[in-house]
Amino acid sequence: MLRYIIGRIFMMVPTLVIISALVFTIIELPPGDYFESYVAELQAQGESVNAEQIEALRQEYGFDKPPVVRYFHWVAGMLTGDFGYSFEYRLPVMDVVGDRLWLTILVSFTTIIFTWLIAFPIGIYSATHQYSWGDYGLTFLGLMGIAVPNFMMALVFMYLANVWFGTSIGHLMDPQYMDQSMSWEKFKSIMAHLWIPVVIIGTAGTAGMVRRLRANLLDELQKQYVVTARAKGLHPFKALVKYPLRMALNFFISDIGSILPAIISGAEITAIVLSLETTGPLLIRALKSQDMYLAGSFLMFLAFLTVIGVLISDLALAVLDPRIRLQGGSTK
Amino acid sequence: MTAAGDILRIEDLGIGFALHAWDFDAVKGASFRVLPGKVTALVGESGSGKSVIAQTIMGILPRPGRIKHGRIVFSDPKKGKVTDLAALDVDSDKYRHIRGGRISMIFQEPMTSLSPLHTIGDQVGEAYRIHFEASEKEVRERTEEMLGLVGFPDPKRAYGMYPFELSGGLRQRAMIAMALICRPALLIADEPTTALDVTIQAQILQLLKELQQKLNMAVLIITHDLGIVANIADEVVVIYRGEIMEAGTVTDIFTDPQHPYLKALLAAVPHFNMTAGERLKALREVPVNAGALLGGNGKRERKKVGVLLSVKNLGKSFATRQSGWFGKGDGHEIRAVDNVSFDIKQGECFGLVGESGCGKTTVSKIIMRALTPSQGTVTFDSGEGPVDLLKAEGDKLKDLRRRIQMVFQDPFSSLSPRMTVQNILSEPLEIHNIGTAAERQATVERLMQAVGLDPRYLSRYPHSFSGGQRQRIGIARALALGPDLLICDEPVSALDVSVQAQILNLLKDLQKELGLTYLFISHNLAVVDYMADRIAVMCRGRIVEVAPRETLFRNPVHPYTRALLAAVPYPDLGRPLDFKTLKLGGASDDSAWGQDFRDGGGGLDYRDLGGSHWILARREKQYGELAQ
Repeated sequence: MLRYIIGRIFMMVPTLVIISALVFTIIELPPGDYFESYVAELQAQGESVNAEQIEALRQEYGFDKPPVVRYFHWVAGMLTGDFGYSFEYRLPVMDVVGDRLWLTILVSFTTIIFTWLIAFPIGIYSATHQYSWGDYGLTFLGLMGIAVPNFMMALVFMYLANVWFGTSIGHLMDPQYMDQSMSWEKFKSIMAHLWIPVVIIGTAGTAGMVRRLRANLLDELQKQYVVTARAKGLHPFKALVKYPLRMALNFFISDIGSILPAIISGAEITAIVLSLETTGPLLIRALKSQDMYLAGSFLMFLAFLTVIGVLISDLALAVLDPRIRLQGGSTK
Repeated sequence: MTAAGDILRIEDLGIGFALHAWDFDAVKGASFRVLPGKVTALVGESGSGKSVIAQTIMGILPRPGRIKHGRIVFSDPKKGKVTDLAALDVDSDKYRHIRGGRISMIFQEPMTSLSPLHTIGDQVGEAYRIHFEASEKEVRERTEEMLGLVGFPDPKRAYGMYPFELSGGLRQRAMIAMALICRPALLIADEPTTALDVTIQAQILQLLKELQQKLNMAVLIITHDLGIVANIADEVVVIYRGEIMEAGTVTDIFTDPQHPYLKALLAAVPHFNMTAGERLKALREVPVNAGALLGGNGKRERKKVGVLLSVKNLGKSFATRQSGWFGKGDGHEIRAVDNVSFDIKQGECFGLVGESGCGKTTVSKIIMRALTPSQGTVTFDSGEGPVDLLKAEGDKLKDLRRRIQMVFQDPFSSLSPRMTVQNILSEPLEIHNIGTAAERQATVERLMQAVGLDPRYLSRYPHSFSGGQRQRIGIARALALGPDLLICDEPVSALDVSVQAQILNLLKDLQKELGLTYLFISHNLAVVDYMADRIAVMCRGRIVEVAPRETLFRNPVHPYTRALLAAVPYPDLGRPLDFKTLKLGGASDDSAWGQDFRDGGGGLDYRDLGGSHWILARREKQYGELAQ
């Protein structure tokens, strides 16, 4: 097993190298760099340009050097924990992302837990009561949840909140707590705001997971070993949890791989509509303004999390499913 | 019927299935009894309602099914309690205590009846844990004791193994351990050996019989195989379309069958005492009109040739990587086919028998060019000069495809559910660009008549046909191109006994009328004996014995052939299975074969015993010594 884990971690290296090259190329593709557009903007506004300072910045970040050198400079920086400098915010990337990262993780984790808590009972109910009125009703609601886009739901929520309660539901906290350090009051304010994005972002995920859990569980419930378990005299619910549900979980574990990056990127469009202080809007803005270190480091971080997530789900699958662990590769 | 002695009494039981407002009675007023300490066999075709009765007794009937009337009276001999199971809620604690604790069940498919994610010990021990208050240590002890009792060579090791690490026979043993760990009063065995090889089947039957006597329990065995009934049962109940036809002791049933259905069933099974040319009597004979094909373009003039297909030194190896996760991932080579040679003469039926995994299907796939062999040659000669089948490409290969066709094992998955019978039958003609649309239509209609189906059914889809009818469609499709050689890979093993006779007779008639040559592959010795002129026995990728059918099964020489024959259960009370000769390792374990048949370094070779009877034995042995 250890051998396998080491092998898998070793395999991540070339993957990440290729991704980093791709990310760098894509960011470099549009003509010009941040300073050119910045200078142009200043000149258009008739302000004086401190040519020396700009030139100094250019040299510091190696913009006068060929792209290959800059690529290695960037990669080397990331390896030592220096994710570069956000030109737009005039701050190191770490400081720009800082607070938002924790808020994003908070929103995403709560959303995932919310999704699981709702999706599991409904999925199990739907599968065990297939074609009942309950199943039809929940299926209908679920399909609605999948069909309605998140940002649309966010807009509807905002409208209704305004009409019924006369309040704005945007942001993750009351305005007075922004940019303040964490306090009990601020925490309470965050908690009070949190449920709205969680419900909005969670609905689509919940609906999708209910559908997948139902389909997987229905497949498993047909299988002979479920009958065997019942024939032993096992309580129907215990039999359900121990055998078919456990088998149906494989898809769920494979999902972990894609959950990790989703935690950080957040639901960007919903976040913009609701003006959430998460990282999603930041990333989109950085991409628009060619703030290359911010965008590049961000994309690399997402790629890294994806690779780690896939690794975790593969290892978890191997631990949970002896067929994967013990049969590895033998052909039948 | 007296109530006192019966462990289980079923009275006027009716079970219905309601599907989409369409009510179907699976069991209609069935009544029978199971005596304590005896084996009762419930015999019938698939769809006769025998499994439904078993599920109802266990309270695990699938949802659309329900009990309409009748009683299932279970008298527990240990506690002296009498319960009407039909009136009990299936999820109640009382029922759950009986299910698995006092009545337990084993199923047909040992491959799927166990959860692949849990260890054998966990699943077997669970049954004990449910019904008894016991510490983990005690559960483990009981489980290991039970695993030893059902014949696991190393119960401690087996406890921690997963089902997919075990062979089918061992999995079925684990199922039996699970069913018996609580020492139930009644064991229901639903087709417990149907999915197993004949030698493994004999071992499992022996085990069931032994345990039944040792634990003094009652057994209700559900089967369609009268050979099993004759060997294991004390009482027999015959069911047909949900109604009990006949019941009595096994002696009465076999010596003096009363009901015409039972008589017909007995006549429909191929057995070894048949004389050459004797026909099976199918339950429902279907008129076959193979002559219809002779007039049209389905038939080409056959030139006289001696040997149609010649296979020389065929070999095929598969490489497996063994558990590369923990170990080093050593390459491991399996020889699926090892130096196989045989000739098939034109117009004969050449049988290939052997247990699952012996390589017989691999041979057929190589001849069909679906697999590329590692070594050897296959030569095909239909009168236009010999063709190297393995090297043919382009037009030559396309021409060969017309001459060699295949009938598959599973009639359910070998026909596309999205094509009508018309499309299925005309597709080969379209691929090879034969005839105009009108001619194709005429050919398709003649094909339907040839296999005894009404041409009016052409616009239907496969799902509206029964298993036997589908297999006829499969045969008609194989005949569409007018082949010389038909490879039949287990063509009847997925079919019921009664339908099996129909298909075998159809194949026989077609062969006679159309002058076809067959390569007939089966694990069922009696079926091969009925069909084939010459038979080759395969074991672990090698042919160990070849002989004409009269010789092979009446005078077998190779120990493997002998072991296979000894394991076949006969539907004849006078010829019981000799359980003593059965070995745990299975018949392909060559350590029990005796010196003469094992490779002792000098190599093995084919020895001619006269009368085209060849066997694989040591080179240095004399002919006289082997023929003993």
